[in-house]
Amino acid sequence: METLRTLPGDDVRQIMWRYADRFDLQMAVQSARGVARGVVARMVADGVRHSHEWTEQKDSLLKAFDEAGITAVFLDPHQGGFIEGPKNMALSLVAFELSWVDAGAATCSLANNLALSPIHERGTTEQRDHYMTLCAPSPDRAPWRGAFALTEPIPYVGVDTGVLTGKVRIDSWEEGQEPILHVEKRGRFITGMDFANYATAAVDTADPRIKSSCIIILEETDPGLFDRGAPTLKMVHQLSSTRDPVFNLKVPASRIIGGYTVKDGCIVPNYSHSEVIAAVFHRTRVPVALMTTAKLLSAIEPVIRYQRTRFRGGDACGEGSPKYDLGLQQKQDAVIRLADVWAAGEAGASLGFATARLFDQLDPTEKAKDAALAKAGVVGVRGQMVALKKVQPQAIEYVNLLFVPEAERDAARFTALDADPVVKFQALEAEAGVLCPACKLWNTGHGATVMREAVALMGGYGITEDCPGFLFHKWNDTQLEATYEGPECVQRRQLGITMASEIFQAYVVNYIAEMDRVAATHLETGAGSVAAGLRLWKQTFDFLCANKDADGKKLYHSNRQAVTFPLADALCPLLASRLFILDVLELAAKGPENPMVAEGLEGYMAFFNDIARMQAARAAGEAARLCSGLVHGYATPDADVAAFGPLRQALDTSLAGLGLARERAGAALTQVMIPEALDYPM
Amino acid sequence: MFHIVVCGGIVPDPLQTLEPVKGPAGWGLKNELMLPSILDPWASHALYEAAHLAKAVPGSKVWLVSLGPKAKLQQVMMTVAQKAPFELVVADGPAGGFVDSFEVAEALFAAISGIAGLDASKLLLFGGWQSASRGSGSTLQILGEKLGITDQFQGVDKLTVGADGSLEVMERIEGGAYQISTCTGAPAALGWATGELPEPPNNPQVGMANMRLVMPALQKAKPAAVNAAAIDYQSVTLPAQKRETRVVKDTPVDVIAQEIIDWLAS
Ligand SMILES: Cc1cc2nc3c(=O)[nH]c(=O)nc-3n(C[C@H](O)[C@H](O)[C@H](O)COP(=O)(O)OP(=O)(O)OC[C@H]3O[C@@H](n4cnc5c(N)ncnc54)[C@H](O)[C@@H]3O)c2cc1C
Repeated sequence: METLRTLPGDDVRQIMWRYADRFDLQMAVQSARGVARGVVARMVADGVRHSHEWTEQKDSLLKAFDEAGITAVFLDPHQGGFIEGPKNMALSLVAFELSWVDAGAATCSLANNLALSPIHERGTTEQRDHYMTLCAPSPDRAPWRGAFALTEPIPYVGVDTGVLTGKVRIDSWEEGQEPILHVEKRGRFITGMDFANYATAAVDTADPRIKSSCIIILEETDPGLFDRGAPTLKMVHQLSSTRDPVFNLKVPASRIIGGYTVKDGCIVPNYSHSEVIAAVFHRTRVPVALMTTAKLLSAIEPVIRYQRTRFRGGDACGEGSPKYDLGLQQKQDAVIRLADVWAAGEAGASLGFATARLFDQLDPTEKAKDAALAKAGVVGVRGQMVALKKVQPQAIEYVNLLFVPEAERDAARFTALDADPVVKFQALEAEAGVLCPACKLWNTGHGATVMREAVALMGGYGITEDCPGFLFHKWNDTQLEATYEGPECVQRRQLGITMASEIFQAYVVNYIAEMDRVAATHLETGAGSVAAGLRLWKQTFDFLCANKDADGKKLYHSNRQAVTFPLADALCPLLASRLFILDVLELAAKGPENPMVAEGLEGYMAFFNDIARMQAARAAGEAARLCSGLVHGYATPDADVAAFGPLRQALDTSLAGLGLARERAGAALTQVMIPEALDYPM
Repeated sequence: MFHIVVCGGIVPDPLQTLEPVKGPAGWGLKNELMLPSILDPWASHALYEAAHLAKAVPGSKVWLVSLGPKAKLQQVMMTVAQKAPFELVVADGPAGGFVDSFEVAEALFAAISGIAGLDASKLLLFGGWQSASRGSGSTLQILGEKLGITDQFQGVDKLTVGADGSLEVMERIEGGAYQISTCTGAPAALGWATGELPEPPNNPQVGMANMRLVMPALQKAKPAAVNAAAIDYQSVTLPAQKRETRVVKDTPVDVIAQEIIDWLAS
C-alpha cells in the first residue's frame, strides 16, 4: 500500500486550506516564510531572545516586515496594501508562517494590526484612511506603528474589561470648536510600546458631558505625557516589545474611534469601548490560534530527523543496520506519539483556517447587513438585535439549506435567503461566534499540552537551546498565545453563550448529519466518531438545558461555569476534527487536478485518513468523558438519562479500526522522505 | 535600451534529499515531482542583474523564459514573481537534470522565437553559466549560437554599460582571476555566475503586478518538444564524496576556512 512519500508541500496546503486560486495569499505566504526562516531564525539562533529590552537588532525585524510586504498585508490597496477585500485568511497565513519559526516575531507584526483594528472595524472612514495610510510602508518615510492599550495595572482591566481606570474628560470646549479631551491611561503588558507612534486606548468617561466609555487614539506628539513605561519581564515572545506605558494627554475629540455625536451639550461616542473590542477580538484571535498550530506542525520534521539519526556516528551501530537507518523510529511509541502531535496540528490548522475563511465571508456580509438595516431605518445596537431576532427562523432555514447538496436544494429559496444580508449575517455570525473562541481556546490551550509532547520526543535535547526547530521556545511561547487577547476562560465564557444559540444548535444538527453521510462513504476518516461525539454532545446540551440540579437550580446558565466550561471544552476538538476531515476530503477531490499532488495523492490520503481518524477518536473520547461527567454528575435520581447509554456505546463502537490506523500512521513516519537539513538555522 | 531575455529553469530545493532513480520515463530524482522547487540559483542571479539593468536603462524590458512543468513553475512564481518585474514565457516540459542540454536549448529557442516585439538587435541573452541540476554549462552557449549571438561571456560577475551602449563584462577565469572584455553592444549572451547583487526581498506588490502576465503565460504555455531519448545515461550515482550535512553553531569564518583547506589537503 502507498504511504506518505514526502512532507506535504505548498500545493497540498493550498488545496486543503482552500487558497489554491489566491495568488495574493500564496505570495504573502512565501514572503512571510522568507523573513521567518531568514532574519527571524537567525535572530533566534543568535540568542536575541535573551533580553527583555527592545534592541537595535530586534528593531530590524520591523524593516524586514516592511520590505517583505508583511506590514502591508492588513491594508487595502488604496491605503498601500496589495490584497483586495477581507484579510482574515491572509493575516492568519502570515501569522502561521512567522510562528513556524518564532511566534514572538508573529506577535510583533500582528500587534500593529491589533492597534489598527479598532480603527479598521469601527473607525470613521476618515480615521480609517488616515491611520491605515500612515501605517503603510513607503520608500520615502517610515510607516507608523501602533499599540493596543486595553489591559491595565492590577486591580483593573484584565479578563474583566469592564473595570476601566483609564479615564477621559473634557479639557476645553470652545463654542463651535472641536472639544479637547484629557485622557489618562495606564497600560500593562502593551505590545509594540517601544516603537509605537500611536496607541488605541480604552478609557471610561469621567465627565458627565461624555456619555460612555470609548476607545481613543493617542499620538506620541500629543501635548502631555506619552511615557512608554518599563519593559515587561516576560519569558516568552521576546521578539516582540511589551511595556507598561503611562499616558496623560490632551487630544481632540475627533480621535474617539467611530466618532461621536453631540446631544444636549454632551459628547455621545458612537461606540463604547466594549463594542469596539468585541468587534476587534472577534477577528484578531484567529491568527493567534494558528500561531500555536504552526509550531506543532513545524515540530514534525526536526523530530523525525532527530529520531532517525539518534544512533548514527561512532560505533553505536553499523551503517545500513535498522538501528542506524531508523534510530528511535524502530520503537512504535515514538512514531505514534509524533503522529498524534501531527494530528493535533492538522486539526488546529483546519479549524483556524476555516474560521479565518468564514470571517472573510462574514466581513462583507456584515457591511451589507449594516447598510440594509440603516436603509430600513434601524438604528442602535438594540434596534439591530431586534431586527436580527426577527429573521432567526429564516437564518435557521438558510443554515439547513447550506448543508443540502447544491443539486438537491431549493435553488430559488436558497438564492433568496443568500441575497438577504440580514439573514445571511445572522447565520454566519452564529457559526463564527463559536469557531473564533473555539480555535483560540483549543488550538492554544490543548496545543500547549501537545507541544510539550513534541519537546519530550526530543529527549534531553528538547530542553536545551540547541534543540533544532527551537522547540523549547515554541512550547513556552504557547502559554502566551493561550493568555493574551483573552485567556482560556474568556473563550469558554463566550462559547457558553454562543454555542447555546438556536442557530448554532441548527449547525450542530447539520454537522451530525453531514458526518454521518461522510462516514457512510469514507469511514476511514473517522467521521463516524465525530458524528457520535457530536450526537452525545448535543444530547448533553439538551439535557443540561432541560434539567435542574437537586437544589432546583438551572444547570445550563452562563454563570454556571462548572457546566458551561466543560461543555465548551468538549465541543472544540469535535469542531476541529470535523473541519480536518472536510479538508482531507477536499484534498481527495481536488488533488487529482494538480499533477504534483496527484503524484503522491494515494500516500497523502492514506496518511491523512489515519491521522484524521486518530484525532476524531481523541475528540470523541474527550467529549465522552466530559459529557458523561456532566450528565451523570448532575442528574437527579429521577432524571431520564436512558438516551445516554446507547449514545456512549455507539461512540465506543465508532472507534473500530483505530488501532491499526495508529500503527499505520506511525509506520508512515518511518518511511516519509524529509529534507537533508532544516531550512532555517538553529 | 535592451531587450533582456533571462533563461532559467527550476530545480529541486537543494536542502531536499536528492536521490537519483530510474523510472519508466528515464532517470529522475526520487519523488522529484513532489519536492519543492526553486528557480535555478545561477539563473536567479541573472534575473536580479537583468532587473537591475532594466531599471537603469530606460525603455528596457525583461522576459523570463523557462522550460519546466507548468504546475511547478506556477508554484515557483509565487516567490520569483515578487523579486523583480518581468514577463514570463513558458515552455511546458521536463525540468530535470537529465534532459539533454541541446534539447533544452532547442526548446528555449522556439520559445524565444515566439516572443512578440522582441528586437534581436537589442537582445541580451542572460542565464546561468551552469545550472544546479545539470551543470553542463552548455545550454546557454548552444542557445546563443542558435540565436546567432556570437558575443558570448561565461561566468559573468559584472556587466557595465557604457554611455554609447557598449558592454564591459567581467568573467571568472581560473585561479580566482577575472577577465575583463568589452564589446560594442547588444546582441550578446551572458552566462552569469553569482553577479554582484543580493537577493531582493520578496515584494508581494511587485508579485501581484507580475501575476497579471504570469498566469496568462502559464495558461497558454505550449508543450515543448523535448526528446527524452536524445541522451542515454548508462549509470547515475551521487558524487562519491558522501553528502553529510552538519549544522554547526558559532564557528568563526577562519575555522571554517581552515577546515576546508584541511579537507582539500587530505
Ligand atoms: C506578553 C503580553 C502581551 C500582551 N499584550 C497586550 C496588548 O498589546 N494590549 C493589551 O491590552 N493587553 C495585552 N496583554 C494583556 C493580556 O491580554 C492579559 O494578560 C489577559 O487578557 C489576561 O488578563 P490578566 O493577566 O489580568 O488576567 P486575570 O484577569 O487576572 O485572570 C487570571 C486568570 O484568572 C481566571 N479568571 C479571571 N477571570 C475569570 C472569569 N471571569 N471566569 C473564570 N475565570 C477567570 C482565569 O484562569 C484567568 O486566566 C498582554 C499580555 C502579555 C503577557
